[in-house]
Amino acid sequence: MINQEDLKFFLPGWVFTEGEASDVAFSSRIRLARNIKGIPFPGFANEKQLAAVIELVREAIVKNSPEFGALDWIQVEDLAPNDRLILVEKHMCSPQFVEKPHCKSLIINQEQSISIMVNEEDHLRIQTIMPGLALENALNLANQIDDYLEESLEYSFDECRGYLTACPTNVGTGLRASVMLHLPGLALVDQVKRVLSALSHIGVNIRGMYGEGTESFGDLYQVSNQVTLGRSEQDLTNNLKSVCRQAIEQERTVREALLKDSKVQLEDRLCRSYGVLTQARVLTSQEALKLLSDVKLGVEMGIITGINKINIRKLIFLTKTSTLQKIVGKEMSPAERDFNRAKIIRDSLNS
Amino acid sequence: MLCQRCQERPASVHLTKMLDYEKTELHLCEICAKSVGSELGFMFGPNFTFQNLIAGLLEGDLGVYQQPSNGKELYCESCGSTFSNFRNNGLLGCGECYHHFQSGLEPLLKRVQGSERHVGKVPKRTGGKVRIRKEIEDFRSELQQAITREDYERAASLRDEIRRREREL
Repeated sequence: MINQEDLKFFLPGWVFTEGEASDVAFSSRIRLARNIKGIPFPGFANEKQLAAVIELVREAIVKNSPEFGALDWIQVEDLAPNDRLILVEKHMCSPQFVEKPHCKSLIINQEQSISIMVNEEDHLRIQTIMPGLALENALNLANQIDDYLEESLEYSFDECRGYLTACPTNVGTGLRASVMLHLPGLALVDQVKRVLSALSHIGVNIRGMYGEGTESFGDLYQVSNQVTLGRSEQDLTNNLKSVCRQAIEQERTVREALLKDSKVQLEDRLCRSYGVLTQARVLTSQEALKLLSDVKLGVEMGIITGINKINIRKLIFLTKTSTLQKIVGKEMSPAERDFNRAKIIRDSLNS
Repeated sequence: MLCQRCQERPASVHLTKMLDYEKTELHLCEICAKSVGSELGFMFGPNFTFQNLIAGLLEGDLGVYQQPSNGKELYCESCGSTFSNFRNNGLLGCGECYHHFQSGLEPLLKRVQGSERHVGKVPKRTGGKVRIRKEIEDFRSELQQAITREDYERAASLRDEIRRREREL
């Protein structure tokens, strides 16, 4: 059995809260890219300069009392490889960040709703994550942190181009807003591609949570803004929000239609998945995600009862490779992982 | 659809790259795909990055980006980076590069961002006059809206705010 206290370490805090439109919107994320004036971007800076960035940020955080609760510093280099990957699995930082952790730091709050990468592609990548559709709240929090850091740091900013970033695809607002949507209904009626391609004409990018192409495991899709220059942060976020609302409505409409027109087939499919999930002895991460997606849909639609929605969200994270290895306490072969993944899920759903 | 690089032949090679938070697409004809691919080594190599894609788009913009007439490479005095560096890996060296590489970056920004001018947030503390100018702009548009709704009280207070800031400039 997993210790409940340990769970808090393995899981981002926002998993335990219901967000707006959480039947379709899984999480919302805002990322702001910032650089310090007078120091080359991380890709071009030498070790001394990178260390200087870390020092400046350290001073900035210590000098003024934070209104966001305690912020922890993590020297990624000091973490074991598996622990580094857990950070990636919890969306606290990017895979590139942990691949070459030298001269990089990570700042996280207790809730794990705030994470600041120091010296990734830009000097600072401020990120906020919240459950459900919560772009405005996430943006407000990100702006607060940005303002707080700016009290002590001089940003590289140009009147014409805005916040200057290492890659021109981020220049201007430095904002990447994204929402993770769960679209099993649309996937069932094979409409995801059509809806997503319509959306892609309105200034948003879509990618599957895992895997190449528009295919996605667990029917989770990430929608984010394309441009960062020439529009205000509010505009970009509002546009994304309205696009998401449309996708959410489409998904809900399909779910209702399925319940009305194919109730028995739908129930059969979702309950079979529930059956496998509660009984399987071996589960690959792909299959687990697929089944969890079905069960989540079943719970949302009232077809499967007696399961807490929070539980499903927890399992989506607990069954990822590095998190799984941490829970079990050792590095494992794929076969061992598949065995333990199935066990954790069984224990959780049958308790 | 036409090849994004030559704009002549139909696109038959469609590349989609998923990199962390971004999906990028490139649509090329066979001939351009071969030449861009061999230069960047992305066709079968594991190291194709979003930055390579930027560089690839720049290849197609060669007509727009002219070498300066004295034949010298665009060079950033501040960090020593060159525009060729940027074309190779898609990343700039420092904030000053935006100034030194302006002629090369403008067409790229137009293509990738659809715009060249920032209209969003300005740093609170160090924004200086830029911040004040932006506040005036924002208040002016709010003023228009207030007048349209015949909310003259609000319009008057906005006008005062605008005057106060204009004096600061």
